[in-house]
Amino acid sequence: MATTATPAPPAAGYASGGAVPTAKKMVLNMGPQHPSTHGVLRVIVELDGEVVTKAEPVIGYLHTGIEKNCEKLNYSQAITLTDRMDYLSPLSNNLAYCLAVEKLLGLEAPKRAQYIRVLLTELTRIQSHLVWVGTHAIDLGAMSVFLYTFREREEILKILEHVSGQRMMGSYFRVGGLALEPPPGYLDMVQQFLDSFPARLDEYEDLLSQNRIWLARTKGVGVISAADAIALGCSGPMLRGSGVAYDIRKMFPYSSYEEFEFDIETQTAGDCYARYQVRMAEMRQSLKIIQQAMGKIPEKGPFKADAPGIIAPPREEMKTSIEGLIYHFKIYTEGFAPPPGEVYSVVESPRGELGVFVASDGSSHPYRVKFRAPSFTNLQSLPKLCEGRLIADVVACIGTTDIVLGEVDR
Amino acid sequence: MTTQEKGENPVVQKLKDWDAQAVAEVLEFRGETTVVVPREHLRRACEYLVSEPSLRFSFLSDITTLDRFPIEPRFEVNYHLLSLDRRERLRLKVKLAGDDPAVASVTMVWPTANWHERENFDLFGIRFDGHPDLKRILMPDDWEGHPLRKDYPVEGYR
Repeated sequence: MATTATPAPPAAGYASGGAVPTAKKMVLNMGPQHPSTHGVLRVIVELDGEVVTKAEPVIGYLHTGIEKNCEKLNYSQAITLTDRMDYLSPLSNNLAYCLAVEKLLGLEAPKRAQYIRVLLTELTRIQSHLVWVGTHAIDLGAMSVFLYTFREREEILKILEHVSGQRMMGSYFRVGGLALEPPPGYLDMVQQFLDSFPARLDEYEDLLSQNRIWLARTKGVGVISAADAIALGCSGPMLRGSGVAYDIRKMFPYSSYEEFEFDIETQTAGDCYARYQVRMAEMRQSLKIIQQAMGKIPEKGPFKADAPGIIAPPREEMKTSIEGLIYHFKIYTEGFAPPPGEVYSVVESPRGELGVFVASDGSSHPYRVKFRAPSFTNLQSLPKLCEGRLIADVVACIGTTDIVLGEVDR
Repeated sequence: MTTQEKGENPVVQKLKDWDAQAVAEVLEFRGETTVVVPREHLRRACEYLVSEPSLRFSFLSDITTLDRFPIEPRFEVNYHLLSLDRRERLRLKVKLAGDDPAVASVTMVWPTANWHERENFDLFGIRFDGHPDLKRILMPDDWEGHPLRKDYPVEGYR
């Protein structure tokens, strides 16, 4: 039944020279098809004039049921699905999942494989941050940065392609080590990149760090305090931009990160500019780690753990020994069966704490796999970042949370 | 998995000293400690773990459910806690029966639990009493069933 609208009461403040009262609030639907939501994010924004009074992220448009699918695949097959979650840093996802399964098995990858993993995941981190700087700059109106960052990103993708055969979805890390012996010459490509990249990084900072428009759009925008960031479960650059030095590579070292020297980059302002500074500085730290890893990787050595029945034997052995053939056949038909139990293993992905919870019931298929996606939890802080600010700032806030919708929705 | 009756872990010891009722079982596996908490004690235990100055589990990493269908109690809700100051992790586990999968919400303790609880509600049908806005998050609002349950088919017609 339609009720007659009561006429709005005369505004008291208006006549007496106070603020102009607003007749009503407007609800605006941003997304799911919106260029600056970086995928299919929908934000229901309630506006009072141009000021956001309420913002509610709505997700699920990219839900592909990866966790359910993992239960139907065996442990090794599930690796290829992890690439597709956070498609800007597929190797971090591979690593998180492999480390979880290795923990379940009580297995450790050989040192050589661990260093190569560090090298490649740090390249992936740079690559992911480059996409972030580029797209975020486009969102805020600086087109040229995007073209430059994608040029450098392509160099990294070429290295990844050379190593794994795939530009993006490499699935190069396997349970117990790597998929293949890395090809000759890959370290030269990395060295070339290391030589040229610092100058390029300076170039980006020249373009942005002192840019007046950039400063106006990011400084003091989307502020979140350290206490709020912890309470909302933010991690990665989101948390470090608010002054909390939480980096899993330091706090719970994995894959031999304890042998590397690097600093945790933090800023205290907690705004979009602070998160920009953290990410730029992190790329320089990654370069440091890569340089150290280059020196550590032995020329020759095993790239897979020696675990008969779990890790497939080398092709040579499969062709020449009966045990090798049996293991090869069993691993590729049945897979391997970890002992029953549950583990939670974390890595520092470019976006924050990427956790993998794997439960085994003693069969060759994971009983349950859960990905604790950093984008998912970081996105939850969006209302906190943009409520009370202008509608244009919503774009900046979404940008600096650095979400990948594939990972948010899984 | 072995049950440690002595509770060598100092966190477990503290929890037991605080309220022995709140610790039903302690599991150790691959260096991870899991404390099984009866569901009526969950929120109290969480509040204690956050506020106790010597523990300070201020960061909730994740909430996730395991469906043990057809074993009863069917659901196991896991809370992954992290103490940033002390660099320590702890897993709390609550076992819930299949006919009444409900547990107290911890959104008042950690605001981040909001979306995690919605996800568990959406995919497993766990009810979190006291949650400010318990609705689906990943699946469409009009979806029927809870897809990550073990008795939810993955192929064919529903």
